[in-house]
Amino acid sequence: MKSQTTQSHDHIDSNSKEIPLDWFKPLEGANDSANTVVRPSLSYWKDAWIRLRSNYIAMGGLIFLILLGIMAIIGPYLTPYTVDGTILADQNQPPSSTYWFGTDNLGRDVFTRTWYGARISLFVGIMAALIDFTVGVIYGGISGYKGGRTDNLMMRIVEILYGLPYLLVVILLLVVLGPSLSTIILALTVTGWVGMARIVRGQVLQIKNYEYVHASKSFGAKTSRIIRKNLLPNTMGPIIVQMTLTVPTAIFAEAFLSFLGLGVQFPVASWGVMANDALTTILSGHWWRLFFPAFFISATMFAFNVLGDGLQDALDPKLRR
Amino acid sequence: MVRYILKRFFMMILTIWIIATLTFVLMNAIPGSPFNEERTSNEAVQENLERHFNLDEPPIVQYFIYLKSIATLDFGPSIKKPNSTVNDLLGRGFPISAELGIIAILVALLSGIVLGVLAALRHNGIIDYLAMTIAVLGISIPNFVLATLLIQQLAVNGGFFPVATWQSPMHMVLPTLALATGPMAIIARLTRSSMLEVLTQDYIKMARAKGLAPYKVVIKHALKNALMPVVTILGTLLAGILTGTFVIEKIFAIPGMGKYFVESINQRDYPVIMGTTVFYSAFLVFALFLVDIAYGLLDPRIKLHKEEGN
Amino acid sequence: MKKILEVNDLHVTFSTYGGEIKAVRGVDFELHEGETLAIVGESGCGKSVTANSIMRLIPSPAGKIANGEIIFKGNDLAKESDKNMRKIRGVDISMIFQDPMTALNPTLTIGNQLTEGLRQHKNVSRKKAEQKALEMLDLVGIPNPEERLKQYPHQFSGGMRQRIVIAIALICEPDLLIADEPTTALDVTIQAQILELFETIQEETNVAIILITHDLGVVAKAADRIAVMYAGKIIESGTKYEVFYEPQHPYTQGLLNSIPRLDQKGEKLEPIDGTPPDLFSPPVGCPFTARCPHAMFVCEKVYPLRHEPSETHYADCWLYDERVHTPNLMNKKEETT
Repeated sequence: MKSQTTQSHDHIDSNSKEIPLDWFKPLEGANDSANTVVRPSLSYWKDAWIRLRSNYIAMGGLIFLILLGIMAIIGPYLTPYTVDGTILADQNQPPSSTYWFGTDNLGRDVFTRTWYGARISLFVGIMAALIDFTVGVIYGGISGYKGGRTDNLMMRIVEILYGLPYLLVVILLLVVLGPSLSTIILALTVTGWVGMARIVRGQVLQIKNYEYVHASKSFGAKTSRIIRKNLLPNTMGPIIVQMTLTVPTAIFAEAFLSFLGLGVQFPVASWGVMANDALTTILSGHWWRLFFPAFFISATMFAFNVLGDGLQDALDPKLRR
Repeated sequence: MVRYILKRFFMMILTIWIIATLTFVLMNAIPGSPFNEERTSNEAVQENLERHFNLDEPPIVQYFIYLKSIATLDFGPSIKKPNSTVNDLLGRGFPISAELGIIAILVALLSGIVLGVLAALRHNGIIDYLAMTIAVLGISIPNFVLATLLIQQLAVNGGFFPVATWQSPMHMVLPTLALATGPMAIIARLTRSSMLEVLTQDYIKMARAKGLAPYKVVIKHALKNALMPVVTILGTLLAGILTGTFVIEKIFAIPGMGKYFVESINQRDYPVIMGTTVFYSAFLVFALFLVDIAYGLLDPRIKLHKEEGN
Repeated sequence: MKKILEVNDLHVTFSTYGGEIKAVRGVDFELHEGETLAIVGESGCGKSVTANSIMRLIPSPAGKIANGEIIFKGNDLAKESDKNMRKIRGVDISMIFQDPMTALNPTLTIGNQLTEGLRQHKNVSRKKAEQKALEMLDLVGIPNPEERLKQYPHQFSGGMRQRIVIAIALICEPDLLIADEPTTALDVTIQAQILELFETIQEETNVAIILITHDLGVVAKAADRIAVMYAGKIIESGTKYEVFYEPQHPYTQGLLNSIPRLDQKGEKLEPIDGTPPDLFSPPVGCPFTARCPHAMFVCEKVYPLRHEPSETHYADCWLYDERVHTPNLMNKKEETT
């Protein structure tokens, strides 16, 4: 880029008499260049996306989850078998070209059941995250925005709910309501939104004192408008991270409940139910029955966790330069 | 400080009361619960139930009698085990569960803190990446998956450890490992991030500017502050360990309370479910109370602004 | 007066994801017993990095002293081992930080934080250390020292905390005290008290002080000599009076014009336009060229010759070169000086 002549100028010694005399004349327009902004300014989301993309582990998680979503939709149609179709002649078959992931003790195709399980797990996880999000944002938003006594009372309630042992309450509810897909999601979200509400409230409290919120208030903007236009976009970062991390928690809880016999019931299969049914294979050696559901639970949770971590790094405005 | 403790104590009692009431209301709502069962097949069981829950009285009176029985730690009879009360089961199972739980939480705390501190001190180094990979894996692999994996590899295939039950220290290794890994991972991550933050604080620089030895800077100045957040999540971790014992005891056939609890769920042994839930909840809430007090003792600022620090 | 510190051609670099930042690019200065040197400059000019380098407290491995010497009482600190540095820190050289609210460990008592340095280095008994701590608290003007020793930082106001930080820094009777923006976080009245405290302490202990600040008011009150830093270099240095009354470098002139003065009525405040250069790739010539009202072609190309109006005063600027002959430029210069 530099020409040969300027290269040589760099090496001119300050004491040198070589400096041409006409260099000692005023430089025109020098002051303007100091004021130009060097770095292009990027929008918050674009900037976050660029940073997320450079995080290979998080992107790996994202790609895995996209593939998993696709397989959850089309996977079961790739085989001639159904989720509960038992083929008594083919019990406990190891993986083969006929049964890609093998069969279980009732002769059901593990491949088909695994993708059905993906549907259940993803559905439970995403529904739980969405419900937590909705309730938490509304509750935390109101609490933080109203402040004062309302906030105090609402946070007292949250504090008590937070003190309740989460899984014990879930177990109790499921014992009473009877396990099914909808009751599991209900039980998981009855106290699950509390964490989200706390985060939202903290964010709202922090941001509502900023100048620009005062500014729009003084222009007479309505509360709902301020929440929608000013508070929500600025609180989205931590909320998205929290949602991403809620999903694996819910997936784990569902699998855990299945293990206690409180999972989704026949004929639907979830990964937890499959793993629980396959517990006996520790001794019998039909490893594929345990391996596939266990692997996919772990991999899915791993993917969501690394994606959540990546999002946290990417969305944290404090790290922006 | 006294006011703080009193307030926490009140919260604890309130929480236990809410759980007890919730349990009572929910159990009253389902058919097949002790309150609604017409006749159990077993005469003796029915008699016990009626005696304990005063089924002839109106529900509101039952409720107060129930509260009183909880206050006196009497959780009533089991339906499915005619000769046992919930207290019998707790007496038999809880010490074993507690042993497993305490060992697991100690292992998790110790290894998690060490891992987290090392990772923070070698930030972006190999140890850091290694520790954090272990941590993310530890969080992602559910304890029951890890448990089965451990049994298969180290007990059945390797033969290094006995497969199941709870008799000797060798029996304890695998269940402890399976139970402690998740909490360890959480502690390690939290310790690391909190340590990294503390290490950038001025008082750390100040401590170094005093010429203190590195270990002194880390242990005396950084660690105590960095462990504050870890103390706050101890309650949650304990809850995780406790519910973890349910599946771990089931998988390893350990005759602890968790195993009885899972059995009672599968057999719909409602008094046992009720009793165990209330007992465990009370236990956890009490542990949370102790953690709060410990936090208050550790952090001299607590008296001034405890509500702010979330 | 004995010379206790001599910094020669100090270069400090930081490697970051974006490349290498050349934070300090060849800094020279010296310091004598009982003297206060103020290093002045905008944030990011390298003044704090210079201070931290003397303590060898730049965050490693990202930051490192790339070149140069830091001669303290005959030893080159730039080459000293970490172990020896720990014997120097807190004992021979102490440091005070900007924000007293964060410089004290919230979970340890004041007494503990005061005495630990003494106990580490001087091997004194707990009782003796506490005795010394009481004396120090008394020296920095904290009432009821006995009671205060058992208290925690949150029980003190900002000004009180800064006094404690100073007491901690002085407890081992160092020869050099580095104060990095010691008054920036404090109220104006407290600032004055802290600066007076520095004066008292200097009279009593003859400690040399390096005062890092961007506040010329603080400099006017506390400094003997001034070094003005810009983009990692000292561009002008002299006694307080020389720099304040005969500033040579356009940057120094700009700095002085940008603060209100009581002795020159009716003058307009002139902020310096623009921002300092990017230290990832610092300019070859004078770093101030882009913002300088008198910039010449040569300024961009070659780093200026040192102009020395007196034995104690210098400025790195081309304006004083005899080859500068453009008439309208000379007029401009007269306007400002």
